[in-house]
Amino acid sequence: MPAPTPDRPPAPDETALQEHFEATIAAEHRIEPRDWMPEGYRRTLVRQIAQHAHSEIIGMQPEGDWLLAAPSLRRKAILLAKVQDEAGHGLYLYSATETLGADRADLTDKLIEGRQKYSSIFNYPTLSYADVGVIGWLVDGAAICNQVPLCRSSYGPYARAMIRICKEESFHQRQGYELLMTMMRGTEEQRAMVQDAVDRWWWPSLMMFGPPDADSPNTAQSMAWGIKRHTNDELRQRFVDMTVPQAQFLGVALPDPELAWDADAGHWRFGAVDWDEFKRVISGQGPMNDVRIARRRAARDDNAWVTEAASAYARKHAVREAAA
Amino acid sequence: MVHEETAYESLVHAHGDEGHWVFGTGFDDPLAGVDTSVPPGVDRADLGAYCLMLGDDALVLSQRLTEWITRAPELEEEVAIGNIALDLLGQARLLLARAGSVGELGRSRSLATGSVPDEDALAYFRDADEFRCTPLVEEPDGDFAHAMVRLLVASSFRLAVLARLRGSRDPVVAAIAAKGVNELTYHRDHAARWVLRLGDGTDESHRRAQRAVDAIWPLTAQLFTATGVERRLVAAGVAVDPSSVRDEVRRVLAEVLARGTLTAPPEPPDAEPAGRSGEHGPALTELLSTLQGLARRHPASTW
Ligand SMILES: [Fe+2]
Ligand SMILES: [Fe+2]
Repeated sequence: MPAPTPDRPPAPDETALQEHFEATIAAEHRIEPRDWMPEGYRRTLVRQIAQHAHSEIIGMQPEGDWLLAAPSLRRKAILLAKVQDEAGHGLYLYSATETLGADRADLTDKLIEGRQKYSSIFNYPTLSYADVGVIGWLVDGAAICNQVPLCRSSYGPYARAMIRICKEESFHQRQGYELLMTMMRGTEEQRAMVQDAVDRWWWPSLMMFGPPDADSPNTAQSMAWGIKRHTNDELRQRFVDMTVPQAQFLGVALPDPELAWDADAGHWRFGAVDWDEFKRVISGQGPMNDVRIARRRAARDDNAWVTEAASAYARKHAVREAAA
Repeated sequence: MVHEETAYESLVHAHGDEGHWVFGTGFDDPLAGVDTSVPPGVDRADLGAYCLMLGDDALVLSQRLTEWITRAPELEEEVAIGNIALDLLGQARLLLARAGSVGELGRSRSLATGSVPDEDALAYFRDADEFRCTPLVEEPDGDFAHAMVRLLVASSFRLAVLARLRGSRDPVVAAIAAKGVNELTYHRDHAARWVLRLGDGTDESHRRAQRAVDAIWPLTAQLFTATGVERRLVAAGVAVDPSSVRDEVRRVLAEVLARGTLTAPPEPPDAEPAGRSGEHGPALTELLSTLQGLARRHPASTW
């Protein structure tokens, strides 16, 4: 029996590692999976990336509900490709968490048991086909505002996943906007559908940037670690400034009587977001929370026998190959 | 390092990177730029009916596969099923557009407004009795074993047919077939891998896979019987006689089932191809009511 060998050298001085980590962050270089990192950084990243991954996967459902009924074959193809992209985004992101030692199945269990969150926006229902366009325009648009800065995340695998994801999100946004343009050129009924969808999705979109800075206690640490690049309020303002001219061009009204151009500041001022609603929805009381989680749970539980079969097959054939 | 503002600008204003985007989403007419004239000696009505047979099989199976989205085992399978459903949808669009281009629009053209493209007039405004798909693609999936066994059978048949259609005298059908062969090779391979894993996995997966095989085999009774349309188009060098692919398809299926430790049921006796002339069960009517409902509630709208 060979003598046991330690699989890693004795831990070097943590202070030196911490200094090296901080210098890497300060120089805007990337932290890679094999690099030493503080436990809090690792834990915060796993939570952030998992929440993002969960949002991609749960986010397939609201629009996915229209896949079977899309009103033209071209729209069906566009929507199917988009929903499929979101599954791919979830995959890249779960892979990024696995470089930090997390496990996809475990994270999925946490999602289903309500121990990890996902974006509150996906807890609203999609009532008409205009919702598909508005989700592409506003929800993917807000996601782009949130995510483009994360292409510079200090954590390498996350930053690289974000570059790929952001390219696809920008497609989704354009496709959504193009659907809305087509509907606005259509019948009176179609224009009314678009306005109704904008009325319902505008405020929840603004909530996608998270609570106001004053109520976001972890922002400072995340910014110091380079895993968050702008505050929630900065990103929200950027989104509003970008979206108002698009709404005007489209010919829809945004449901905010306080929306006004502030020429001195060069920003669109907007009314107060209903943060009580946000808290209700994020804590599970939104109109569709139960439906979203039940679907995800069913996909896991109803198909558990498939996953077991795949593992059993792999085990059998590994044994047979070894024996051959 | 990516400069953020530049990245943002390039993302929001990117227009030259359509390359990775899935086929068939970027333009309105799937046959745009294709010569759609009919070769001499080919009956237009027959050609249109044949394109509907091939197109409806793809459209209906694509819809059944799409029912799995957000319900599939594993995210990899969401992506794979999405790919396969998109491929079949793309084939359906081309074939329905081809049927429309030779005038095979039936009652649907008068129900849909003029601004609705042919492919949508045919997909959304025909009733079940005008659909020409085969029963194999119509039934809903009970479980994932059913989905994969059905996909194995349907893609094996379709691959054998399309491989021969690459030599069709109709250049549009030949081009659609050439594109479809690569796609279907992947579909069949994907399904076969699952049938092996399920058949030779656990006791439960074996039982479910065998149950799916037993349920699906009788649905192949009409698959290998030629219609009058097909017989005439075989003579004109346009179509494939489905009975000519029977041995190849049966051989492929027998091999996959054997490797998956599954038992092939007796082959059903050949039946009249009633699906190809519009006779269908309630499953298709139900599928179409979901597929067509929204478009039919807004017949004057374009999307
Ligand atoms: Fe996404
Ligand atoms: Fe997206």
